[in-house]
Amino acid sequence: MTRHLKSALFSALLVWAVAYPVLGLKLTIVGINLEVHGTSPTILAVIAICSVLMFLRVLFSTQISAAWKSSPSLPVIPAKASHFLTLPTTQRWIILALIVVALIWPFFGSRGAVDIATLILIYVMLGLGLNIVVGLAGLLDLGYVGFYAVGAYSYALLSHYYGLSFWICLPIAGLMAATFGFLLGFPVLRLRGDYLAIVTLGFGEIIRLFLRNLTDITGGPNGISNIEKPTFFGLTFERKAAEGLQTFHEYFGLEYNSINKVIFLYLVALLLALAALFVINRLLRMPIGRAWEALREDEIACRALGLNPTVIKLSAFTLGAAFAGFAGSFFAARQGLVTPESFTFIESAIILAIVVLGGMGSQLGVILAAVVMILLPEMMREFSEYRMLMFGALMVLMMIWRPQGLLPMQRPHMELRK
Amino acid sequence: MSREILKVENLSMRFGGLLAVNNVALTVKEKQVVALIGPNGAGKTTVFNCLTGFYQPTGGSILLDGEPIQGLPGHKIALKGVVRTFQNVRLFKDMTAIENLLIAQHRHLNTNFFAGLFKTPSFRKSEREAMEYAEYWLDKVNLKEFANRTAGTLAYGQQRRLEIARCMMTRPRILMLDEPAAGLNPKETEDLKALIGVLREEHNVTVLLIEHDMKLVMSISDHIVVINQGTPLADGTPEQIRDNPEVIKAYLGEA
Repeated sequence: MTRHLKSALFSALLVWAVAYPVLGLKLTIVGINLEVHGTSPTILAVIAICSVLMFLRVLFSTQISAAWKSSPSLPVIPAKASHFLTLPTTQRWIILALIVVALIWPFFGSRGAVDIATLILIYVMLGLGLNIVVGLAGLLDLGYVGFYAVGAYSYALLSHYYGLSFWICLPIAGLMAATFGFLLGFPVLRLRGDYLAIVTLGFGEIIRLFLRNLTDITGGPNGISNIEKPTFFGLTFERKAAEGLQTFHEYFGLEYNSINKVIFLYLVALLLALAALFVINRLLRMPIGRAWEALREDEIACRALGLNPTVIKLSAFTLGAAFAGFAGSFFAARQGLVTPESFTFIESAIILAIVVLGGMGSQLGVILAAVVMILLPEMMREFSEYRMLMFGALMVLMMIWRPQGLLPMQRPHMELRK
Repeated sequence: MSREILKVENLSMRFGGLLAVNNVALTVKEKQVVALIGPNGAGKTTVFNCLTGFYQPTGGSILLDGEPIQGLPGHKIALKGVVRTFQNVRLFKDMTAIENLLIAQHRHLNTNFFAGLFKTPSFRKSEREAMEYAEYWLDKVNLKEFANRTAGTLAYGQQRRLEIARCMMTRPRILMLDEPAAGLNPKETEDLKALIGVLREEHNVTVLLIEHDMKLVMSISDHIVVINQGTPLADGTPEQIRDNPEVIKAYLGEA
């Protein structure tokens, strides 16, 4: 009991030690001086209550965990349902249903909702691309956002300096990002695990800082603004068309409505995400896709079977980066503005979180996780200050309840001829 | 007399101050079963690693059909038809048995990106053939009912058999087995012996193996090479090796 009492007291003190400097002190500027004041008594009272709760929690920890165990089990998905949900055939049907819903709903949805959905689709694309590198080939890449930046800047620069349209730049941006993926793949061929993660993290930052400091061309921290939006076979969605162009609403004799543009962008994003989904799905069932997974499982065995690990790694980096490039050029087109600040490390972390949360290697998992990761912060805008806190809590909960991800990948079942 | 397929001369491997393999010579003729034996730590696996390109030998020559292959990277040697298994099984554990077999057939598959993307007839055909070949070998090693089980969940003996089947997917000329009978029960060892016989008779594979199970070695080998502390000790037919006093001394110590 005394041991419990001791650690309980310590925990209560710890609550004060953590919470008081963060919440209990306020900085105010008086004239040119910065002064520290205590905050309102309510906050102090809340901290006090928290510390008391923590004290009790630790003091009675054994009793609580016993009660916890005897209580009916928490939302653990039953084994059978989980198995059914992760079967490849079920996943295919779910994906098909999702596509139909995704095509129809924006015409009835609100403008804000469609806008967020577009953002989600960008992250779906990024998640699917990173899934190749991390989930399938097992190469932990923390600098994925760098390729996203390459794609975005490729379109921004080509559009700004040469006036090329989105549809021409899209493949170029993908190709540029792929080239970067290929080139950056070379120096890291010999690295695995943590070392690879650190080096790729560095690459991501190098690309961002390079774009930031290349002021003459990229505009430095101000970025590039007024990037052209995609057109629908040459028809723009602006109110007034530029010289020599026609607008969508005039051509079809419709009333101008700004939501048309939002819906169109959403549909373009959907198209790109579906294309990515299709291509990656096929890659999985091709020799190269199987080789990626083999590389993740055992590199030495790969070599013994005559598979060249260099080629496999480079192809994973290259193709993964290409998808980031497509996503990036769409991002630039949607925002109309790119700055280096859009491509900080936290973006890489979010994309990686999507892959891990969804279940490594699982496509449907990535889609679901992208929805969760983007939608949750949007829905909880009021609590935006606590966003990172919730992010952390979500990760901890996931690690406890479903460490394998929301919808982990299942092996494809292959029919044998009897 | 059949052709010499693999000829190793003066093979040496030095790790810093340690000479792990010293002047080992080895000649393997087509369709022979050659065993490499020796006490623990004799350098048998090091010889294997040199032959398969996992180590770069520090001296000597390895000729495959008269063509030098020493110093080539592992995957290139594998592509030339020298394929190995590992002392501790190295399967792709989270993939199914049949996927393990499909991966190994990469050379015989249509790897064209667009062919796979649009599932062209030639792509389907090559995938179907790969499946058939994989099924054939699953059947040979009695694993057909486990085709869709992940390799890591198979029993140890089954994993060993799957690893051999996976090697066969690459259509090898020389199959190198590193202690294939380790951890197998007597019944499984008998099956392994039969399987090696089938490989040799029906599939024209030359087998080079490291093994500690003397009963197995003596009954299937055409030729045995003994090494001790990295240096060659004796070589000859099973009968010659059995009666060689040097070999007995190395294994049992001095009387």
